[in-house]
Amino acid sequence: MSFGLGEALAFAYLPLLKVNEMPLISYRMPPRTIIKKLRRKLDLPFRFETFRSATQGEERLDQLLESGRPVGVQTSVFFLPYFPVNMRFHFNGHNLIVYGKDRGDYLVSDPVFETATRCAPRDLTRARFARGMLAPKGMLYFLDGDAKHVETAPLLRPAIRGTCRTMLQPLLPFIGTRGIRLLARRVGALAHRSDQNEVRRTIGHIVRMQEEIGTGGAGFRYLYAAFLQEAAEKLGDERLRLHSLDLTAIGDAWREFALDAARMSKGRQPLQPELLAQRLSDLSQREATFFRALKKDL
Amino acid sequence: MKTTNVPQQANPVLEGHRKVVYALDDDGHYRIVASAGWEAEELTTSAAVEHFDALAARALERAASNNGSALEFHMYQRRMDVPTLAQTTGIWRWRVRRHLRVPVDKLPARLRQRYADALGLNADELARLQAVEPVRG
Repeated sequence: MSFGLGEALAFAYLPLLKVNEMPLISYRMPPRTIIKKLRRKLDLPFRFETFRSATQGEERLDQLLESGRPVGVQTSVFFLPYFPVNMRFHFNGHNLIVYGKDRGDYLVSDPVFETATRCAPRDLTRARFARGMLAPKGMLYFLDGDAKHVETAPLLRPAIRGTCRTMLQPLLPFIGTRGIRLLARRVGALAHRSDQNEVRRTIGHIVRMQEEIGTGGAGFRYLYAAFLQEAAEKLGDERLRLHSLDLTAIGDAWREFALDAARMSKGRQPLQPELLAQRLSDLSQREATFFRALKKDL
Repeated sequence: MKTTNVPQQANPVLEGHRKVVYALDDDGHYRIVASAGWEAEELTTSAAVEHFDALAARALERAASNNGSALEFHMYQRRMDVPTLAQTTGIWRWRVRRHLRVPVDKLPARLRQRYADALGLNADELARLQAVEPVRG
């Protein structure tokens, strides 16, 4: 529900922002934007803070925890000791919740894992103040007061409309279904590159952004389909339920694309960038048709 | 995707953890399912790990034959590249590139410390050609 209300679903292909030499590809809005949208719509007293020094940031977190508030923090993935070693990369856009402190350790609820875990202050502070691309600068956020009860039903259609607008925006070539089309063309152009390893790496990178970092499958498409289903029930609107099924089918196609791409990137299947480009181009088409139809039925 | 089709291919990268996937149950309702892993994820994550391992191995060879620096080896060992290391340390890229060409003990102590901090090593570990495991929980 929050994902949908926060108008979180998106697509962005930003070739100029590089992470480990790879372009930034995202299937949703930045977390901060999502939370700010939610804050406005649900009238939540959310506050964000960043810090100049790590000591200040750690003190503030401790102080908030002592007052009994759970706190959201942005971190790097690399410096979190509870992450499996082979999942640790220098990705600074990770978000998790600290909900207490016990015998010197932070109690952490991380969306990537099933159960809560613990983290030593030294490590968490390091992860919060990691430098580089999307540096978190110790960013934390918390509810400063009680949340009011807000009726969500009237907010649903405007939120869906907002997501349709983002996905169908006609101006920027990097965003929405146009972004998928641009990525399709770039992947097609890889066919002429001589360095096969580089091609494999790029293709693998797309799959990782789509599936690896807790997207709920198919680059958040399933998660948004689940939201549409919930919205359909709340509003008693059968058409939204059917749209949810359509988006699920599109999600399935993203998964098929990911499996082929992953096998090609690992050399289990002959490398055929044109084939992947074709699939991405189809996905761009399908999503454009989908969001146009969805917008019409609001 | 149906809940029954959620991949459960034990992925060694996850070290036993399971991840959330959204899928449809028999009644067509969305449910949260825990997935033990999926081929596509495992292939691409392990490929990304191998990419840095290969770079580290080559850097190690060069450094061992006095043709490179232990700094380069540790950089790749920590899954960084020149732009990432430059951003993390706040040292210009061209300077980082130059520092990768000289032995670590020729660098001024302050620079050595800056690199060591960025890589989560101490100054001695930085000069040695030996992998240091990142902190584990």
